[in-house]
Amino acid sequence: MTNEEVRVIGAMESAFSRRVEIALKMKGVKYEYVLENLSNKSPELLKYNPIHKKVPVFLHNGRPIVESLVILEYIDETWTSGPSILPKDPYERAISRFWANFIDTKILGALTKIYISKGKEQDANEEIVELLSILENELKDKKFFGGESIGLVDIVANLIALWLDVIQQGVGKEIFTKQTHPKLFKWSEEYMNCSIIKETLPPRADLLPHYFPSAYASK
Amino acid sequence: MAAVKLLGFWASPFVNRVQIALNLKSISYELIEENLRAKSQLLLESNPVHKKVPVLIHGDKPISESLVIVEYIDEAWSDGPSILPSDPFARATARFWAAYITDKWWPLLTEYRTAEGEEAKAAAKEKFFEGLVLLEEAFVKSSQGKGYFGGENIGYLDVVLGSLLAWLRVREVTQNVTFLDKTKAPELAAWADRFTLNPAVVNVLPKTQKLVDFINSFTKAS
Repeated sequence: MTNEEVRVIGAMESAFSRRVEIALKMKGVKYEYVLENLSNKSPELLKYNPIHKKVPVFLHNGRPIVESLVILEYIDETWTSGPSILPKDPYERAISRFWANFIDTKILGALTKIYISKGKEQDANEEIVELLSILENELKDKKFFGGESIGLVDIVANLIALWLDVIQQGVGKEIFTKQTHPKLFKWSEEYMNCSIIKETLPPRADLLPHYFPSAYASK
Repeated sequence: MAAVKLLGFWASPFVNRVQIALNLKSISYELIEENLRAKSQLLLESNPVHKKVPVLIHGDKPISESLVIVEYIDEAWSDGPSILPSDPFARATARFWAAYITDKWWPLLTEYRTAEGEEAKAAAKEKFFEGLVLLEEAFVKSSQGKGYFGGENIGYLDVVLGSLLAWLRVREVTQNVTFLDKTKAPELAAWADRFTLNPAVVNVLPKTQKLVDFINSFTKAS
């Protein structure tokens, strides 16, 4: 496909816009990246996402799509020659969608509670440990949730591999470690070692001062 | 042909979503009515994560989460009429609105009901109607002059929003507010009547009085 304009409006700290970048890189799709400052939202962001006013905004030939899970499915359906993001079998697709939803509702919800409570709410800490165990069960003996290579659930779980890890460090609680979740921990090591992931996710050194400004002052 | 079972509950709009989707594809299925206060072993085993209905069991494969199930039905029975549109951008638009309706707009009804004080109630009502106007615009764009979000026939968004109509009507009665306001959303109001009478829907959505009695049975019990 030639003459295709692909743009991504994202933010440094957004796990969600990074997901879109991972997917585009997997498919080998060139895109223009527009860096948004979420504390001072641009007119362009507000124009393309008037309802949620959030990143990512994905623009394909000028047409906007928002919500990372919606964008990921669009990318998979539009660029069909690269590796698949979702499996081909309808049941496997349903399973992938189920777990992506689980991460973005249950795990994200618990993680937000932990961040807001600065790790001081024991219920929230216990809840996320339990949720991660449930997710870990789904991994079984696979290298990635997508099998031999990363798929939808792995992309969506960037939230766990990096952001959850940053937040646990910042609040000083051990909720996701080699001891608490050995299989999932191994998955996160493999994941963070993938070249596409390494080149797309922000460094921890940038995320820590963003989420914990008083403890980790930016240089 | 693997058997299809649906673990459900008659009053659940999310179960209704799945029933409508199955009807659109003319799929025969066994409806197993769950007692949500005494969940069956089958439900607990089929949906151990959420322990909720609906659960679709196709052969021996359980699928949970209503939107996931509807997409599964569309993909597994690809011979029947399509539920989602075929164009990727139209699919993305439909999925966007489905998420908006389910995660942002529908909860506003509960926010209104539980809001304390005049000001809070008025604010919640305003947010609800702002959303309704957005959905009206989405309907006009999506339907392209035809009767449904899906055009000539019921599509994904029709199922997602339409499944909520029974409860919307009940809340109009119990809250004494015209939530599906014809003056604010004339096309949607007409669509709602059309949708409710569609053959795939007509025997699925519970009747208003039955739901009113259901709500009253809770308040009496407490």
